[in-house]
Amino acid sequence: MSTKHDQRLSPPGAAPQASSLGGRGQEASPISEPVIELEGVSVCLGGRTILQEVTFTINPGEFIAVLGPNGAGKSTLLKVLLGLIRPSAGTVRLFGQAPRRGNRLIGYAPQHRTLEGALSLRARDLVGFGLDGHRWGPGWFPAGGRRRQAIIEAALAEVDALALADMPVAHLSGGEQQRLLIAQALLSQPRLLLLDEPLSNLDLSHEQEIIALIARLCRTHGMTVLLVSHDVNPLLPVIDRVLYLARGHAAIGKPEQVITSATLSALYGAPVEVVEALGRLFVVGVDI
Amino acid sequence: MISLLSYPFIQNAFLAGTCIAIVAAVTGYFLLLRGLTFAGHALPNIGFAGAAGAVLLGLDPLFGLLAFTIGAAIGIGLLGRNLRERDLAIGILMTFALALGLLFLSLYSGYAERVYSILFGTILGISRLDVLLSFGVSLLILVSILLLFRPLLFSSYDPEVAEARGVPVRLLAVAFLVLVALTIAIAVQIVGALLVFTLLVGPAATAGRLALRPGAVILLAIALGLLYTWLGILLAVLSGTIPVSFFIAFLSFIVYLPVRLIAPRWQRRPQQPGLLPAAGAGLSQQASAR
Ligand SMILES: Nc1ncnc2c1ncn2[C@@H]1O[C@H](COP(=O)(O)OP(=O)(O)OP(=O)(O)O)[C@@H](O)[C@H]1O
Ligand SMILES: [Mg+2]
Repeated sequence: MSTKHDQRLSPPGAAPQASSLGGRGQEASPISEPVIELEGVSVCLGGRTILQEVTFTINPGEFIAVLGPNGAGKSTLLKVLLGLIRPSAGTVRLFGQAPRRGNRLIGYAPQHRTLEGALSLRARDLVGFGLDGHRWGPGWFPAGGRRRQAIIEAALAEVDALALADMPVAHLSGGEQQRLLIAQALLSQPRLLLLDEPLSNLDLSHEQEIIALIARLCRTHGMTVLLVSHDVNPLLPVIDRVLYLARGHAAIGKPEQVITSATLSALYGAPVEVVEALGRLFVVGVDI
Repeated sequence: MISLLSYPFIQNAFLAGTCIAIVAAVTGYFLLLRGLTFAGHALPNIGFAGAAGAVLLGLDPLFGLLAFTIGAAIGIGLLGRNLRERDLAIGILMTFALALGLLFLSLYSGYAERVYSILFGTILGISRLDVLLSFGVSLLILVSILLLFRPLLFSSYDPEVAEARGVPVRLLAVAFLVLVALTIAIAVQIVGALLVFTLLVGPAATAGRLALRPGAVILLAIALGLLYTWLGILLAVLSGTIPVSFFIAFLSFIVYLPVRLIAPRWQRRPQQPGLLPAAGAGLSQQASAR
């Protein structure tokens, strides 16, 4: 079991090793090959077309903000990448392969809904699912292993949740639970991180911390990130490009190219004004 | 009392009861976790209809019980995750099965003692063969749950992420409910269809309020289940006429009640250390980010 853990998050204090991430990921994706390729992808759910002929490419190490109004299909897009939803047309390639469930190269934190249950689980148990929750067998025999706990605690520390490690998950606030889910997604050191509105429940200081953490992983480990958000402003200093979804269509590009009155008006099919004030961008005229 | 324990049928009741208490506590834990308590109530009732049907056909009621509970378990497992819709479907299925059971009973002209014992359970007439059967099936259930443990726990708490991580969530849901059906089939002989629910859910519900980690909750639930079952059988033997299921349900209730009232004190969240410095750090960070 311990060899499986060697590649994962280093315990606190250990120097980050960019090389430890090479191994398996490199074989699957030579550096030139895109991480995500969508070509003419359409998705229909319950008889409605959610995404229509969406085409884009995302390269290794890119930090992408996924934006768009409620119901635009942002979560749906992530589920397509995870292999949970099958597109009705078009091709999707991840690391050069078709999407499939259980792809270890992907870390995923879903759009938040409060986790509760009659029977509680400690924060560290929840985060630990990211490490070995999918494996058969009880797994608690060598007392969980000190090494396993060190990995979990390192991940908890990254999201500033070490103090919550032994608390019942059901007693934590929405933002605290959200941080646990991010830690869980990071635990297997994925090459591609899909985060569905990870910032929605966070206070300003944790929002900044999580953005800084993800940007750091992106820069130092070459992790590719798709982060769904409703506000691009806190992300502007760190993202490479934005993927804007609306009415089933997608626009991708640098923020200053996509978040403009002209591009968004075309995407929404209605007049939209992008206003810059106090160093922040505001989209006016539609429900964003 | 010691002399009572030397009767073979009482020994058999204790042995079978021990197996049943252990598996019921373990499967009951996952039933609670997965929000399937209503299914845990419905399955034995559906099984009762099957047992009544088998009696009508002159078969061993256990076969009818197994056929109906396993069939319903697979159906419920495939129903999906939407809790409200699922419980509605289960309710309709259960009432339909109960109606069938009623029909079978009214068509049956013979002496319905076997049906009565399916409903309320009995500690009389548990043979060595029954004990061996209970032991074998319990072992099968426990080994299966041990093998499925981590994915089952993961998919109980967070089916969406579990599915994305490659856990076969649907298949697990069905497999787990089949294990519940098997648990019910062996438990019914002692505690009866009407009160199997007590042994499934009572120990796990109480343990869940006292312990925090899954392993500890399960062990405590097993201990409570054994306590209720052993005491229940003992009291039933001493009383002579009152069925064991009454005592088990009664014990389960009087332990749950005070725990329910008092336990929140243990589970209150501890004071978070270092709250103020963290807030300060956050402020300075915001300032620098602008
Ligand atoms: N299983 C489903 N069956 C039918 N329609 C669905 C299903 N799942 C999602 N939809 C529809 O697909 C559309 C896109 O949903 P999605 O969750 O991807 O939106 P989103 O962009 O993530 O929105 P939000 O900002 O609210 O999270 C919605 O209109 C929703 O009603
Ligand atoms: Mg969404």
